[in-house]
Amino acid sequence: MTETPTAAFEVNGITFDYDGIPAIRGLSLRIERGERVALLGANGSGKSTLLRILDALCFPTTGTVSFAGNALTPDSLQRNGYSLTFRRQVALVFQNPDVQLFNPTVFDEIAYGPLQLRWSKDDILRRVNETLSLMGISHLKERPPYRLSGGEKKRVALASVLVLDPEVLLLDEPTATLDPRSQSQVVDLIQQWKGTAKTVITATHQLDIVEDIADRVLVLEAGSVIASGTPSEILANQPLLLRANLVHAHRHSHGNIVHSHPHQHPHSHDEHEQQ
Amino acid sequence: MSQESFIESTLRGFARAFSKALISEQAASQPGLLQSFDPRVRVLGVLALAISVVVCRNLVVIATLMGLTILLAIASRLSVWSLARRVWFVVLGFTGLIALPAVFITPGSRIHLLQGVDLSISAQGLRTAALLVLRVETAATLMTVLVLCTPWIHILKSLRSLRMPAEIVTMLAMTHRYVFLLIETANQMFESRQSRMVGNLTGPEKRRMTARTAGVLLSKSVELSHEVYLAMLSRGFDGEVRVLTDFRLGALDYLGLTGFASAACLAIWMGR
Repeated sequence: MTETPTAAFEVNGITFDYDGIPAIRGLSLRIERGERVALLGANGSGKSTLLRILDALCFPTTGTVSFAGNALTPDSLQRNGYSLTFRRQVALVFQNPDVQLFNPTVFDEIAYGPLQLRWSKDDILRRVNETLSLMGISHLKERPPYRLSGGEKKRVALASVLVLDPEVLLLDEPTATLDPRSQSQVVDLIQQWKGTAKTVITATHQLDIVEDIADRVLVLEAGSVIASGTPSEILANQPLLLRANLVHAHRHSHGNIVHSHPHQHPHSHDEHEQQ
Repeated sequence: MSQESFIESTLRGFARAFSKALISEQAASQPGLLQSFDPRVRVLGVLALAISVVVCRNLVVIATLMGLTILLAIASRLSVWSLARRVWFVVLGFTGLIALPAVFITPGSRIHLLQGVDLSISAQGLRTAALLVLRVETAATLMTVLVLCTPWIHILKSLRSLRMPAEIVTMLAMTHRYVFLLIETANQMFESRQSRMVGNLTGPEKRRMTARTAGVLLSKSVELSHEVYLAMLSRGFDGEVRVLTDFRLGALDYLGLTGFASAACLAIWMGR
């Protein structure tokens, strides 16, 4: 008999609210190890809250969440140092880089995670320098993070998590506020992890990057998953994208004729088919 | 004051706060007497001197400790003028206000009578007020010298190694970590206000605007502190302070510790 491989995350019927305002309602999902998943949804659809629950920063009011077969509860994290094991395996890049950057210099910021996870000093120095170079921010290493531009802050926030080389990466709007070139670098990074053991869960509402960063897409609306499929299936489903507020009616004029149609985001398959 | 100067001066204040932080970081990394000691010796030594200042009841001894603190600041390459602006004038303003009534209400031998208001200044009152102001000035200067000469994270690690509870150290760490975020938020709020305002603000309007900003900042501070804490937790923070630098005590540190301890004990004995 073959054993069913343990999922990275298993979420069963969770609910969560902020002071009585529901953010997640009866959500269930299963994310396999090595999978690249995009959480697609408009603002307020529950993407960020779901990522926080997956990172065990908050816990559902009802329902269960497990990581690699272990239940994620406040008690389980305290038991036998599981918190340290979990933090070594799962890392989250926050949507707002400001909350993630709290050290005196960029170097200290990137070294913060490895220090907390009790890496050796030599490993920390080596990995921090490698990551600074990988993200093209070596020139910023002595600068205080709060004096950086928005795009630079985002890159430092990404570097501060990438340095940990976790098995599971949770990315909350990783390309927001980045210029086109930096966006492309982040997308390239996520693409590099395709086929590796790394599980990457990205929350985004940018349709144009979905095909590059995910093998599977979950569409969220009002705290529930309303659809799941491959990027091409989801992107081709215009009524679904309209319902989830991910596309809008595009109104424009040709001479004197004004007309509107759904805002299209042609993806690579369409373009290849046209050629 | 015009509305522009009111908002602009507030914005300049925020910019000053950032530059002060930068100057502090630079001072902590430059070579100097206090910087040459292990951070634990700096914390312990300055704490011992501060305790002796509080315990001491002799004005001359406290004044001597103040003189020593200034010498320590100079040897640690700190600007005396910067200390005066950061500490002395501010402390004099606040503590002076508290100490002022003591000059008149403390019973003792009269040295001057204020004509018209029927108030007399007593020698004992003057001494009490001077003692209070000098104590606070010296203790505050000592602490400022310590903070300017030691990276904040090293102070936290030293406090933990001196067995201060992790909860208190975490609170200190959090306060320091999101204070800049708050300043930046306040800065953005004032900038956005400035970009939308035409005409002059009256006095009450300025006060209302300041009160509203303070209220919004307070709400945001609660939210931000929680967010920063989650971000720390997400990267493995467990209440312990960890830094890349290894703390090791050398001969110079033992010498320094002996010096600080001797000065503190001598001050307590002479100032009984």
